[in-house]
Amino acid sequence: MVDTQAPEKLADKPPVTVGLFVTCLVDLFRPRIGFAAVELLERAGCRVAVPKAQTCCGQPAYNSGDNAHARAVAATLLDAFDGFDYVVAPSGSCAGMIRDHIPELFADDPVLADRAVALGRKTYELTSFLVDVMGMPTAIARYQGTVTYHDSCSGLRELGVKDQPRRLLKGVDGLTLTELPSAEICCGFGGTFCVKYPEISNKMVSEKTAAIADTGADTLLAGDLGCLLNMAGKMSRESRPIRAFHVAEILAGMGDGPAIGEAGEDLSAFTDGQKG
Amino acid sequence: MQTTSQNFKANSIKALADPNLQQALGKMKVGFVEKRAKARDALPEFDALRDQARDIKNHTLANIDYYLETYEAAVQKSGGVVHWARNAAEARQVVLDICAQEKAKSVTKGKSMVSEEIALNEALEAAGYEVVETDLGEYIIQIRGESPSHIIAPAVHVLKEQVADDFRRKHLHLDPKRSLVERKDLISEARGVLRQKYLDSDVGITGANFLIAETGTSVIVTNEGNGDLTQTLPRVHIVIASLEKIVPTLDDASAILRVLARSATGQEFSSYTTFSTGSKRDADPDGPEAYHVILLDNGRTDMLGTEFEDMLRCIRCGACMNHCPVYGSVGGHAYGWVYPGPMGAVLTPSFIGVADGGHLPNASTFCGRCQDVCPMRIPLPKMMRAYRRKEYEAGLAPPAMRFGMDIWGFVAKRPGLYRLATRLAMGVLGWRGRRQGRFKSLPLASGWTDHRDMAAPSGKTFQDLWDQRHGARTTKDLEREAAQ
Ligand code: SF4
Repeated sequence: MVDTQAPEKLADKPPVTVGLFVTCLVDLFRPRIGFAAVELLERAGCRVAVPKAQTCCGQPAYNSGDNAHARAVAATLLDAFDGFDYVVAPSGSCAGMIRDHIPELFADDPVLADRAVALGRKTYELTSFLVDVMGMPTAIARYQGTVTYHDSCSGLRELGVKDQPRRLLKGVDGLTLTELPSAEICCGFGGTFCVKYPEISNKMVSEKTAAIADTGADTLLAGDLGCLLNMAGKMSRESRPIRAFHVAEILAGMGDGPAIGEAGEDLSAFTDGQKG
Repeated sequence: MQTTSQNFKANSIKALADPNLQQALGKMKVGFVEKRAKARDALPEFDALRDQARDIKNHTLANIDYYLETYEAAVQKSGGVVHWARNAAEARQVVLDICAQEKAKSVTKGKSMVSEEIALNEALEAAGYEVVETDLGEYIIQIRGESPSHIIAPAVHVLKEQVADDFRRKHLHLDPKRSLVERKDLISEARGVLRQKYLDSDVGITGANFLIAETGTSVIVTNEGNGDLTQTLPRVHIVIASLEKIVPTLDDASAILRVLARSATGQEFSSYTTFSTGSKRDADPDGPEAYHVILLDNGRTDMLGTEFEDMLRCIRCGACMNHCPVYGSVGGHAYGWVYPGPMGAVLTPSFIGVADGGHLPNASTFCGRCQDVCPMRIPLPKMMRAYRRKEYEAGLAPPAMRFGMDIWGFVAKRPGLYRLATRLAMGVLGWRGRRQGRFKSLPLASGWTDHRDMAAPSGKTFQDLWDQRHGARTTKDLEREAAQ
C-alpha cells in the first residue's frame, strides 16, 4: 500500500518503501510535522505510506510499568508495518521504543519475538534515516533566523542522533545555528514524568529555557514533539520571544507556518495536496 | 536511618524552595561534570577500561561465594577476623561487641556509606561511645545533625558560609573573632580539632572501596588522608563492607581504580589509595593490634541472579547522581534514605522495598545520562523501569494512573476506535484553542499548565488530513476497525 510516487530523487537508488510511524503526539497535536516528514522522505527518493492501524508505540504504559497494555498496543504496530522496507518516525523517543524496547517486551513470546526484533531493526528516527540510510547530503530549504538545537534524550543516547540533524540544517539557506551548551541535558518532559513530578519538571525546563535564551537564538529546534511542547510551553509562559519548530518542518521548508503554540494553522494547505 | 523515601514528592518540593540548597546544587553541577569529561577525554582507552571493569565485576559476582571464602581465609592468615552479618542489626551488634570487648570509649570513623546504611552512629552513641567522623564532609553533617546528601561529597548541599556558622557554634574553645571566610580556614580548623580525636580514639572504623580476595586486603580511597589516620592510629581497626565490594586480585582492583576517581571527581587517582592487610605484624612500626572485617549482606544476595544483579557492580563513584538532572534539582536528601540519585533509585527499593521506595524509580525522565556515564556500565534506567513494573504488578501504582492506563490501553489497541476518539477530542480542543494557539490552563492537566502553556492541537489529526488528501479509506474502514 503505497500512496505516493516519489517526485524526485536525490540519489540513484532503487525506491525503498517507508511506513511512516506518525507518532501519537504528531498525529494529534501537530500534523504538519507528519507532512514535513513525508515531504523529506519523498525528496530522498522513498515511497511513503501511512498505515492506518497505528496508534502509539506503547511507551506511556511501558514506562509506567504496565507491560500488559504496552504489549497490547505495541502488537498493533507489528501488523501495521509488515511488508515495509523501513519504518520511520519523526521522534527519537518513539523510534527508540520500537527499536530497543518493543523487542524486549516480546522477548518471551514464541510467536511475536522474531517479528518484534525484525520491526525494531528496520525502524529509524527521521533525520538519522535520511542521512545514515538514504545518504541525503543536506536539506535544501530556506529559513531566516538564528536557531539553537536541543538533543532529545532518547534519540541522542539510544540511537546516536546528534550530527544528522545538524548536517541537514547546513543546507538551509538563511539559517545560522548557534549551539546550546546544555543541549544534551534533559528538558524535563519525560512523558508522564512532567505531570507526575510537575515541580521537578518545571525546575528542569526553566533551566533549559534560560539556557536557550542565553544563546541569543530566535528559534528553537528539536526532533521530538514532546520535548518541544514542554520547552515551547515554558517559553510562552515566560513570554520569551523564541519560536519553536520540529526540525523536520524547517528542513522541509515549512518554517513560514505557525510555530508551536501559535495560532493560524491553515489545515486546508495539507488536504489539497499543497504543502504548508 | 529514618526513611522518608515515601515522601519523595513533598521532600522534593521543599528542596526546590530552599535557596541555600539550590545555590549549592548549582555550584556542584558544573564542577563534577566538567572534570569527569576532561578526565575521560584525556584517556583514550577509558571506554575499554569500563568494559574491563564491568567484566571483572560480572565474573566476580558469578563466583562470589568462592571469592568471599578465599578472602576470608586470606584475612585470617594475616591475623584478622571476618564477621558475616546478614542484616543491619547483626552488623551493628558485631561492632558493639568489639567495642565492649576492647573497653573502648571513643570511636573515629572514615567515610562509609555502609555504616550509614546500618545506622551505626546512632547505635554507638546510644551505647555511650563518642563517635567522631573524620572525613571533612561527614564531620560537617555530623555536627549539623544531618545525613549525607551525596555518596562521595556528603556535605555538598551545605554552603561554605553555613559551615563557618556551624564551626563557630560547635568549636567554642576557639577565638570567636577568628576568620572563617576561606575554604582553607575551614579545613585547617577541622584538621586541628580532629587531630586530637585520632590520638584519643580506641577504635577506628572505615568502609572499603574494594576487598581483594587473593590477599585479604581492604582498600579505601580518600582525598584527605583521614582514612589512613582512622585505621592506623587506634588500637582496633574495623572495616565494614558489603559483600559485593569483593574483587579477585590486586590487578583487578587496580583496573577498576583507573575508572573510579576519573568518574567520581575527574582525578586520575584519588590523593590517597590505602591498602590494609591484617593487624600489625611484629616488624611493623605502627598499625592496629586487632583487625576486623564485617561483611554485610543486607539484601545483596537476594539481588544475585535477578534482573537487579547488575546493580551489584556499583563502585559508589557518584557519577550517576552528578549527571542526573533530577538529583541536580532536588539534591540527595529528598530521596529519603541512604543512597540518592539514579543508583539510589535502584538500591532503595531493593533494600527497603518497593512500597516505601517506589517513588524513586518513578522520579526519572529516563534521560539515560546516568547509564551513559556509569563506569561500570550499569543499565540504571532499565532497572528503574523494572521497579515500576514490580510496583504496577503489586497494585501499588496510584489508582488514578491505573485507571488512566486501562482506558488508554483499551482505546489505543483498537486503531479504529482510537481514531474516532482522537478525532473528537482533538476537534474540541483545537476549536477551543484556535484563537490563541495555546492554553494557559486546562482542566485535568494542571500538572502541565500550572507551570507552562499547552500548545493547542491543530483540530484535525494527521491521519484524517492524510485521508482527505489522498482520498484513502473512509468511514467504512473506520467502522470496521472500530468494531474489532
Ligand atoms: S551506579 Fe555507576 S555511576 Fe552510579 S555510583 Fe554506581 S558505579 Fe557510579
